Amino acid sequence: MRTNTYGRGLPGLALATVVMLCAALALTFFYAPLDANQGFVQKIFYIHVPLAIVTLCGFIAAAGMAIMYLRSGDRKWDMRSYVAIHMALIFGIGGLIAGSIWAKASWGHWWVWSEPTLVSYLIVLLLYCTYQPLRFSIEDPERQAMYASVFAVVAGAFVPLNFLAVRLATAYVHPRVLNLEGGALPGSMKLTFYVSLIGFALLYVTLWRYEMAAKEARSQLRRLRRTLLGDDAGRPYGRSAAPL
Amino acid sequence: MSLLFAIAPALPLGKAGKYVAAAYIVVFVLLLVYVSIMATRAQRTQRELDQLRRDVEAVKAARELEESEDAAGEGREPRSRQIV
Repeated sequence: MRTNTYGRGLPGLALATVVMLCAALALTFFYAPLDANQGFVQKIFYIHVPLAIVTLCGFIAAAGMAIMYLRSGDRKWDMRSYVAIHMALIFGIGGLIAGSIWAKASWGHWWVWSEPTLVSYLIVLLLYCTYQPLRFSIEDPERQAMYASVFAVVAGAFVPLNFLAVRLATAYVHPRVLNLEGGALPGSMKLTFYVSLIGFALLYVTLWRYEMAAKEARSQLRRLRRTLLGDDAGRPYGRSAAPL
Repeated sequence: MSLLFAIAPALPLGKAGKYVAAAYIVVFVLLLVYVSIMATRAQRTQRELDQLRRDVEAVKAARELEESEDAAGEGREPRSRQIV
């Protein structure tokens, strides 16, 4: 019987994530200075921006995994892509809510429809919100994996294009703190931000592996049930959008 | 704890503090909900595994009983011959 490949090294990874996130929180509240313009509200930046960056990177990684599925036909890549999108959506919603709270504190509005950064991020999230219903609408597992992978590749290509389009736009009020020259942050804030970014990236990878390990365990259990008790024994209850 | 408060900057717990706390709490709760859902699923998998173990034991016991009955049947004289 195969062992669970995603569970290997997970405790160590989880520990590293906890340490990194605790360090990020400590640096945010005890080391990074208060922002001269925004004051204490700027502390939201240390969770909002890493969450947004990790979300977009997660979508792009999912597109890479979907390409691997289309090239190889191996269902494990479809499962990886599915979990990557699922995780990125959760992080994206967290980033969106944190950003909205920051906007209310900083601009006095929960949402500003004329701001390209906010609207483009929302469009990307809404686009990926259709991924699950798309999967759910297709019964045949092979077709489901194929169409979902094509969607993941096309939507994944849209993410950097969307990011570039917003960057090239001039009429924004959303602050720009990172650029190719290293950004406008002072050293202590930059360190805090990067520690936080690494912490959230580790959290994403840890949760991704956690979910993959859980899905693999369920899949092995069903396979075992089918082998030991017959063909119908390991069937899932009802339809599922998740790869089996 | 007192040392923690001593080295911490004066936290502005007014209007700005509420927003910062809200943002961090929302993200924390979101992750907590996700981990709770995953934990529930892990429990379900554990239950299914226990059920599978019971089913396999039952099948094994039934098979052993069948085999012992067969072995006992082979040792006995066929019923027709006994009558003759």
